[in-house]
Amino acid sequence: MAVRARHPMKIPIEQHRLANGLRVTLSEDHTAPIVAVNLWYHVGSANERAGRTGFAHLFEHMLFQGSAHVEANEHFELVQRAGGTLNGSTWLDRTNYFETLPSNQLELGLWLEADRMGALLPAMTQQKLDTQRDVVKNERRWSVDNQPYGTWWERLPALAYPSDHPFHHSLIGSMEDLTEASLDDVAQFFATYYTPDNAVLSIAGDFAAPEALVLAEKHFGTIAPGGNKPPLPSMELPPTFGAALREVVEDDVMLSRLFLACRIPPFGTEEHYVASVCAAILGMGKGSRLHRALVRERQISSEVNAFTYDLAKGADMLVVDATARPEVTSDALEASVNAELDIVHETGVTAEETARAIALIETGFVSAMQSAGERADRLSMFATYFGDASRINEEVDRYRAVTAARVTAFARARLGHVNRASLLYVPREAAESEIKAAGTGAEAL
Amino acid sequence: MMTSVRPTPGTPRAYRFPQFEAHRLENGLRIIVAPVAKLPIVSLILLVDAGSTGEQIRLGGIATLTARALLEGTATMPGDVLTSRVESLGASLAADADWDVATVGMTVMSSRLREALALVGEVVRAPAFPTRDVERLKAERLAEILQLRAEPRGLADEMLGRFVYNDASRYAAPEHGSAASVSLLTRDEVARFYAERYRPGAATLVVAGDVTVDDAVSMAREAFGAWAGTTPPASTTTDLPARRSRAVHVVDKSDAPQSELRIGHVGVSREHPDFFPLTVMNAVLGGLFSSRINLNLREAHAYTYGAFSGFDWRRGAGPFIVSSAVRTDVTVGAATEVLAEIDRIRAEPITESELSLAADYLGGVFPIRYETVADIARALSAFVVYGLPIDYFDSYRSKIAAVTIDDVQRVAREQLRPEHLQIVVVGDSAQVRGPLEAMGFGPVTCYDAEGSILDGETQNVEK
Repeated sequence: MAVRARHPMKIPIEQHRLANGLRVTLSEDHTAPIVAVNLWYHVGSANERAGRTGFAHLFEHMLFQGSAHVEANEHFELVQRAGGTLNGSTWLDRTNYFETLPSNQLELGLWLEADRMGALLPAMTQQKLDTQRDVVKNERRWSVDNQPYGTWWERLPALAYPSDHPFHHSLIGSMEDLTEASLDDVAQFFATYYTPDNAVLSIAGDFAAPEALVLAEKHFGTIAPGGNKPPLPSMELPPTFGAALREVVEDDVMLSRLFLACRIPPFGTEEHYVASVCAAILGMGKGSRLHRALVRERQISSEVNAFTYDLAKGADMLVVDATARPEVTSDALEASVNAELDIVHETGVTAEETARAIALIETGFVSAMQSAGERADRLSMFATYFGDASRINEEVDRYRAVTAARVTAFARARLGHVNRASLLYVPREAAESEIKAAGTGAEAL
Repeated sequence: MMTSVRPTPGTPRAYRFPQFEAHRLENGLRIIVAPVAKLPIVSLILLVDAGSTGEQIRLGGIATLTARALLEGTATMPGDVLTSRVESLGASLAADADWDVATVGMTVMSSRLREALALVGEVVRAPAFPTRDVERLKAERLAEILQLRAEPRGLADEMLGRFVYNDASRYAAPEHGSAASVSLLTRDEVARFYAERYRPGAATLVVAGDVTVDDAVSMAREAFGAWAGTTPPASTTTDLPARRSRAVHVVDKSDAPQSELRIGHVGVSREHPDFFPLTVMNAVLGGLFSSRINLNLREAHAYTYGAFSGFDWRRGAGPFIVSSAVRTDVTVGAATEVLAEIDRIRAEPITESELSLAADYLGGVFPIRYETVADIARALSAFVVYGLPIDYFDSYRSKIAAVTIDDVQRVAREQLRPEHLQIVVVGDSAQVRGPLEAMGFGPVTCYDAEGSILDGETQNVEK
């Protein structure tokens, strides 16, 4: 057994709230002259209205098109000129914007973020929207349509969440809905969701907390709060799908690949830590169950992974992702993955594999926490989801508290056939030849 | 109210790349240690001069297969036991080969470093290469190659190498081997390649993180002290181009909604004395979001989600490449704009503002690049592999700042050769071929995803 490492780290955290509702999280670390500025807006594709799939992400692009005092694309230029890195990303339930800067440029980052939170709309034009709409359509072609298996991340949530659930529809959006998006939509979305009371500002790295708080107040303090954010429909779901769900996709791929989702409790719950450890037992590293059984021993699969999606409301997904070897049929791949899940579902896991999984998760966590940007992002995450950024300091203990018995109980409750949604990609040519091989039976297709 | 006044920066705080020490064990193994005590974590990378460049072309992929097979067990420890022991320490061991070196690396909590390093030592000194597992890894590599036929980005990168380099160069074939060459590899070839190339005198252990120099050296001695063998000659390859005239190569992906575009030619070695001016020149041309090529193709024309240029740095002359994925119907327009940007940076001096953006960015992000011990270990690996000067990290920012507008134009003229550019398009040939021929960029040839020429009416390919 591995020696238990000393507790790796507690980081200093200060939490404040400005009068307009903006939460501010500060974490000093003076090892390098670097500071990370990170903003989470509690809005994602789940908040989109019908007929506007993809809008939250298109809107994220518009936030780089300038604001009252910043020209189009100047945001990028000013940060890069300052020697910083930056980006933004949209997820089902949040959108984030972040820059890592030399620490003497902290105020630049705050000013840029405040200018677009407080005064975006004067800079918005039809031409900018049209350009970014085309850029996003290109992003869709690049990451979804022209990429083998690229549709998995819109098909799997569509399969695993009911059609009226906010996590059901596509994050990148349909071409039709993107075409429909208007400047009015931009104005309305901005007024509704991009308000200080719907955001968290985190700063991590080389700065002095009292000064940073003064700067946050100076730049963000006068931005008016919103308060008109419409509530999401209920996100609650039964604990399992209730039946095996399945979708087969014929695609331009060379090898069959299975994405199998199990419904699990939402991110942040005690039970979710157990689910994460279970996913690591199944598919993190070469010593994981699925890798040993499917890749090393039976040679069914060339690659296998398991992970959780980490959605913090209603229900999350544990996903197994397995790619078949060329000579292995999609049926054999699917049957083999199911057989391995059956074993875990029926007989549970050992203390040794639980310890292995927790050790890997812990190293991964500490490794991520080296970067100021990662720290700030996780502080924003915990503050946004749970109202308490200091939960970051409990992560390692929460993982360490997971036992084999709890993982076994979890697997018993959540890995059964009635809680598996299988999205199976099959090479188009193989599918065609299998249909032909099935004989001249008239009902084929 | 919102303030329209742009903040001015405060006084910058000094930054210095972590100090490191070099040692050498009695058997010739070099050890580079950078103590960084920020968090209780350590990254290590063992570098062996056993990359794909040193392969015989016929055995392409042997370096990769050998490196990957190291993790399949040792004389005293079956592969699954080894994996369990490593992962119980919370570490994942990764082994692979790139063009220049083979690497075995891991990140581990510092309290477990001694045990972890002992396992790395055993893996490198006494691999068993079980036939069944070598054959399995070979089959996995063949599956990877098969996957690439349906993966336009990777396929485009690989095809560029093929069309840019002469067949006599190892760089013309995929870094990890082609289907043809990998199919021929055997367990005995792996054992032979290992015996020839894996020697302590041809290896360096890089350690960065929460450990002292003395401890790291003593742990390394325990792990690697018993490793013996004489040092083989360093590996090299030719980097001759395939041709010295412009040509267009269309790799057909029917009905593709985008064209994966690669435009490039033979670049220069990482060891080239103009590394700094070339880096600044590329940052202006296409290295950043705010560079000319991205602002042109993405923000002005909305042809793409992104467009970038870069030198693929290797010991030999790796390629200079412009990459983008563009809507099928604007393939010719996008290629035209890229060629125009390459012409423009050669023809006209860049502006002061462009120079300062590139130089300030490169100087400013320097500390941000080395936030993690894995980043530091990778940087020190580059220092070792390319034989960079001892003051490389400490002088990086002043050398970037010293680059002038004239330097940028000089290296653009010397190292960008518009007439030598190979234009590779992975896309729908039925839609793009005609317009590409009409543009007159150069002779157009169409291929299938395996690289076979698709039709009889192709022009002569001059080699």
